[in-house]
Amino acid sequence: MTALRRLGPALFAPVLAVVVAVVISSVVMAALQVNPVKVFQVMSDFGETPSQQITALVVIVNRAVPLFLAGLAVAVAFRMGLFNIGVEGQYRLATIIAAAAGAAVSLPGPVHVVFIVVVAMLVAAVWAGVVAVLKVTRGVSEVISSIMLNFVALGLASYLLTGPFRGSAPGTNIVGTKVIPESGWVPGLNGIFDALGLANPPRQLYGFLIIAAVVGVLVSVLLNRTRFGFDLRASGISPSAASASGVNAPAMVVKTMLLSGAIAGLIGLPDLLGSTHAYTTNFTAGLGFLGIAVALLGRNKPGGIAVAALLFAFLDRSLVPLQIGGYPASVVTIFQGTIVLAVVIANEVSRRVARRAAERDTAEPVAAAPAAGSGPTPPGSSDARQEVQA
Amino acid sequence: MSTAVTTPQAPSRGSLTERLTGGSRTRRLLWIMAGALVTLSAVRAISGEEALTSSSTMAAALLLAVPIGLAALGGLFSERAGVVNIGLEGMMILGTWGAGWASYQWGWAAALVGGVLFGALGGLLHALATVTFGVDHVISGVAINILAAGTARFLSELLYTDNPAGGGVTQSPALSSKPPTLSLPLLSSGPDLLGDVEGRHWFLVSDVAGVLRGVTHEVGVLTVLAVLLIPASYLLLWRTAFGLRLRSCGENPWAADTLGVAVYRTKYVAVVISGALAGMGGVFLVFIAGIYRENQTNGRGFIGLAALIFGNWRPGGLAAGASLFGFADALQLRSRSAVVALLLLVAVLLAVLAITQAIKGNVLQSVIAGVVAVAALIAYLTIDVLPPGIVSFTPHLTTLLVLSLASQRLRMPQADGLVYRRGES
Repeated sequence: MTALRRLGPALFAPVLAVVVAVVISSVVMAALQVNPVKVFQVMSDFGETPSQQITALVVIVNRAVPLFLAGLAVAVAFRMGLFNIGVEGQYRLATIIAAAAGAAVSLPGPVHVVFIVVVAMLVAAVWAGVVAVLKVTRGVSEVISSIMLNFVALGLASYLLTGPFRGSAPGTNIVGTKVIPESGWVPGLNGIFDALGLANPPRQLYGFLIIAAVVGVLVSVLLNRTRFGFDLRASGISPSAASASGVNAPAMVVKTMLLSGAIAGLIGLPDLLGSTHAYTTNFTAGLGFLGIAVALLGRNKPGGIAVAALLFAFLDRSLVPLQIGGYPASVVTIFQGTIVLAVVIANEVSRRVARRAAERDTAEPVAAAPAAGSGPTPPGSSDARQEVQA
Repeated sequence: MSTAVTTPQAPSRGSLTERLTGGSRTRRLLWIMAGALVTLSAVRAISGEEALTSSSTMAAALLLAVPIGLAALGGLFSERAGVVNIGLEGMMILGTWGAGWASYQWGWAAALVGGVLFGALGGLLHALATVTFGVDHVISGVAINILAAGTARFLSELLYTDNPAGGGVTQSPALSSKPPTLSLPLLSSGPDLLGDVEGRHWFLVSDVAGVLRGVTHEVGVLTVLAVLLIPASYLLLWRTAFGLRLRSCGENPWAADTLGVAVYRTKYVAVVISGALAGMGGVFLVFIAGIYRENQTNGRGFIGLAALIFGNWRPGGLAAGASLFGFADALQLRSRSAVVALLLLVAVLLAVLAITQAIKGNVLQSVIAGVVAVAALIAYLTIDVLPPGIVSFTPHLTTLLVLSLASQRLRMPQADGLVYRRGES
């Protein structure tokens, strides 16, 4: 009972949010004479054969891996009360430099991969560090500086791609860096499907999935089980209390942004090392901005972010089937925006309901204690009534 | 004279710099502007880059500054009422779509109404989330940005794909009528006296003429309206009871509530105005292009937010921020070699900074400024033309540099970004 009572509000909000998002986007679609039922059918249709279905799953997971890393990068900063809106620029610049560096050296297998990963993390961390240093020394708001640095990073990336790092032959349609030699690739995980006796799909499941999972666990441990994590969260909840207890606020800002940036450096690598092997003009863009939404949806916790990333990836996968089916594919974006808004509203409402319940419990402890101990929790009707009155 | 002089000797008038830069805020600002213009025209004369102060650059700067200024003004209303508005970008996107949709059917005046209404709708959503439901302002803003982009695309897919008037998934049919433009008679049209002076390339005089002609020759109606909105917002926010109430909601909503201000309603009004102004910025973009295109805003809402913070949450300041950005943007669009001349400007400014810091005795800062100044000078002398990728972020880098070099005495509204619930503290 207590477990349900504790989990109830935590589950209630996301479920309510998904329901609200479904209802709102259905209403919008219906109002514009698009059949919502058919759209949802197309979105959840993974194909006929087992091979097709597994392929769809692989596409979703492959998309979810970078989204998860992006959400993680944003969330680390969020937990400290910093808004790293510059993840987009950080990962794009890191990916192109890492791609060029990876193509320029020849190292034995695992070392090569580690080298590329370290370069990407360093570049993105330095780029995020600029934001932190400007904030600490010059008091420049991190929101502005990271927005401006996004544009600078994208400009630099396009200069590097068309200038010094250009590896593709002149005259080709898609400009790209040199291809990374095979020792720098991260192999796919399709062996799993054979081991499980499932159909082996033509598409490779990114091996970077494992690295992402490890990073997620590390971040979770770092935030929840270490002194640094405690200081970080304390600074986010109450900066004045944190600095009163001896946290060096400027140093925390720099460390947090470096960490956030280092994670941001990984975002482009699943695609780079798993499938494209070169940074090209049509390399996956926009992951940094989606990461903000994923982090918010996952309530800035690694587990939640993973679920949110999978949800967003599921929605993104349906873009192509929707277009093929002749439905407006932008439904997906509307759905993503609505769900973020709905989840935060639902969070807020459930938080207030929980708080009212707690207040009522403390207000009449003698009368309420036996009732709560002897039977199931009282029905939510009084909560709902109070909510309406508020 | 109200100052009573008790000692027989005359009171000290201070050093020369203090007499020039001291006194009232306005006087100091005027001196800074005059100084900037003289420096700019000197750099123009030395480098021979006429684009630096030409009327065409100035006209482009004005065009580029207006949408950013409008977005920033939108942010001003919202943030002065205590609601952080990172959704300006999304409201601007809605504004561009509304303008595109209304303009191809009913002309430019309807476009203005349509864009403003769509932007206001975005504002209303933000107000609903932040004021009524008490959602974190940043989260709501991010969601609105996603939602607006999706909605614009969705509506275009539905309404423009098979439209006989033209358009497609990413753009609307073209505007059915262009908004009229105005010119100052005699000075910048007809005899065009300013244009004549500008063409002679006299030091300072031609530069002033170029600036004046740029901002008076064939200026759109909406530009005039946008520029007038800056002082109008100042008067509304700082000289009326409504403005006082609105600002009190941003400083201390609990105190405002005890004084009988309807905090929720005021915040609603402020955020809806905010959306309407951001939407108007979108309308302006549609007017420039003559058509709605997807991603027309290209992050201008965010830059407007930056201009707002740059301007210390004041109308004059945000106008200065938007102008600086617009000028740098116009320069990089018009002439890539002129951007190199900016390096000379940076060198001059940093040299001045190095000297003033040396006089004050800050050796370290003086040395750093001096070294960077020399580096900028060397870069100016050795670089001919910068590659396009690098030039594209001139305005963003300029804004960032100015922001980090300027003294940081910014003060945001006290309760900006706090979720206010009536009866809870």
